Amino acid sequence: MSQDIDIEGDLVTRVEGHGEIVVNATDGQLEACEWHVVESPRFFESMVVGRDWDEIHHIVSRICGICSVTHTMTGLKAVEDAMGVELSEQDVKLRKLALAGETLQSHVLHLGYLALPDLVGAKSVVPMANTHEEEVRTVIRLHKLGNELIETVAGRSTHAQRTIPGGFSQLPSEAELRDLRASLEGSWNDVETVVDLVLSLADELPEFTRETEFISLTDPDEYALYNGVPYSSDTGELDLADYREIVNEHVVEQSTAKFTKHNRDSYMVGALARFNNNYEQLGPMATAVADRFGLKPVCHNPYLNNVAQLVETAHLIERSIELIDSVLESGLEAQSDYHKPDVDVTAGQGVGAIEAPRGILFHEYTLDETGTALEGNCVIPTNQNHANIQLDMERLVPTIIDQPEGEIEHTLEMLVRAYDPCISCSTHYLDVEFVDTLPER
Amino acid sequence: MTSKPKVAFFDFAGCEGDQLEIINLEERLLDLVEVVEVVSFREAMSEHSDDYEIAFVEGSITTPHDVERLEEVRSNADTVIAIGSCAAFGGINSIRNEQDFQTVTERAYGEDAAMFDDPDAELFDSFEQAQPAKAFVEVEYEVPGCPIDGEEFIQTVTAILQGGDPSLANHPVCVDCKLAENTCAFDRGEICLGPITRGGGCDATCVSQGTRCWGCRGLVDNPAEDAYSEVLQEYGVTTDELLNEFTLYWSWQREHGPQADMQEVEQ
Repeated sequence: MSQDIDIEGDLVTRVEGHGEIVVNATDGQLEACEWHVVESPRFFESMVVGRDWDEIHHIVSRICGICSVTHTMTGLKAVEDAMGVELSEQDVKLRKLALAGETLQSHVLHLGYLALPDLVGAKSVVPMANTHEEEVRTVIRLHKLGNELIETVAGRSTHAQRTIPGGFSQLPSEAELRDLRASLEGSWNDVETVVDLVLSLADELPEFTRETEFISLTDPDEYALYNGVPYSSDTGELDLADYREIVNEHVVEQSTAKFTKHNRDSYMVGALARFNNNYEQLGPMATAVADRFGLKPVCHNPYLNNVAQLVETAHLIERSIELIDSVLESGLEAQSDYHKPDVDVTAGQGVGAIEAPRGILFHEYTLDETGTALEGNCVIPTNQNHANIQLDMERLVPTIIDQPEGEIEHTLEMLVRAYDPCISCSTHYLDVEFVDTLPER
Repeated sequence: MTSKPKVAFFDFAGCEGDQLEIINLEERLLDLVEVVEVVSFREAMSEHSDDYEIAFVEGSITTPHDVERLEEVRSNADTVIAIGSCAAFGGINSIRNEQDFQTVTERAYGEDAAMFDDPDAELFDSFEQAQPAKAFVEVEYEVPGCPIDGEEFIQTVTAILQGGDPSLANHPVCVDCKLAENTCAFDRGEICLGPITRGGGCDATCVSQGTRCWGCRGLVDNPAEDAYSEVLQEYGVTTDELLNEFTLYWSWQREHGPQADMQEVEQ
């Protein structure tokens, strides 16, 4: 096996896979095609052990810089679940708002900096600044809007400070929320520009479908992102407490990252899974974007995860405006600038789940009576997509095996990129190796 | 018109939040690519080249492969800059340095932890400790923080491009707190590392946001230990409580001090 692993490439973290595609073909006969994931373990499940209940979220935020708010809040939800801490309605709304900001930021980063260069045939966003200046500036404005949302609510866009157990250490002012609302309202033209651009390039997205299972959160009241219970497109609603049975993490020899499976050999998480499972709850603007692409549930083409992210981008802006209105209508309940919510520290075991930009994320912690962590477990969205990527490749490669090597490589790279596994592993480090002979096993 | 200096970014074991902070400079990043040529930046581009003068490295060094790659970066670059606390002095990743490695692997991998003992399982070749870049190669400058401050990054780049010597502030975070007119975190019943943590680039943002200083920018060069001890006594902070704080970001730094002895690693 190891002959096929190019360790010259970059190693990855627990969150951000470094992937390599290995394709073995002799005389046009496909003999093997594997999605390798090499990760450089960081051992967060061990790092939280022995830490206090009020610093766990601070540590697990560092699992991923791109979706640090999501990890922070999932950690908080698990700790709050373990100790039976209730949040005020206002705090929940504000957390949802910060989360919307992060998903917006992450989606725009993926679409604008990675997917678009692919579609326009550029190597990166840098030359696009000359060829598509207006579009690049649009992407930048939308990306900034996502960060502005997080900063206003949570204090800092990467490794937010204000989100703490039981609520917030500090709140935005009503004036800040009104300014934010104005920025959100002012962003529709920019969304339109990006939609038009992607639509003009939509033919570049390959036609490929493979039926799979979609797992996401679902919530009776809204398009589930912060709250909800796990839901499978195959088996319906699931119990969060059974999350380990849902994901069935297992180790495969081609990867240091764990693979997962639920009802079939693989499942998919992320924007397309949420779109398929909760389409009816999207806002009108988001639905209009989906209509322009003719995207309808249930869509089994993973390449269209890019479009689902675009649909969600519109939804997140709509939803953020609604959340701000809702907070302002009830009147922002002020608190001190150094607020520390009353928390009854108790022993317990708690699970938290949130839809990260890349899919459903689970954290679980066991605390002793002093609130010190005895155990931790995190199941990362990117890992939940590995098996699905592998099976997509197995289905896809035979259909394109006669194409030139470069074409095959590009199609497979785009497949992996569509899953938005992380910013880094979606770039050129995704090496496609063509091996003429099978490696010795 | 001389050619623009070539710049490359590399990431090791970390969250890539520091590179994100650089992307978050948005339009100013377009200004940056006016004055330097970015030849490698995984988080934002597909191109890659080994021809560069300035290399920024993010993340801790945790495997022999990391060392191999870091040495290659070092041999290609004239100037190596560690960005973020993981690369600068171990950071959050070094929490595990205080834990028994066997236990660490078992907690994260369960029964599959045996892979870490298997010499054939090359992918599972991991050091027992997370270490900064300077433990293996010479590093000219550091931009500390978790995450880094974009402004401080720009100042560092500007100084280097002008042939100057970017220097880090060497006062504790308390100075920044005073400037921000914060209520002292100790007065709010928190344990704060501000009095001995390097300030200057963070504007005491965490204390300003209503929490406390966690020490993410590393120890200030000459901490006023006696004065800090007095503060701790005054507020009744125990040694255990304080050590717990020290192990959040500083596990490696406490063991090795500010400047590491280079290590030879068998490849």
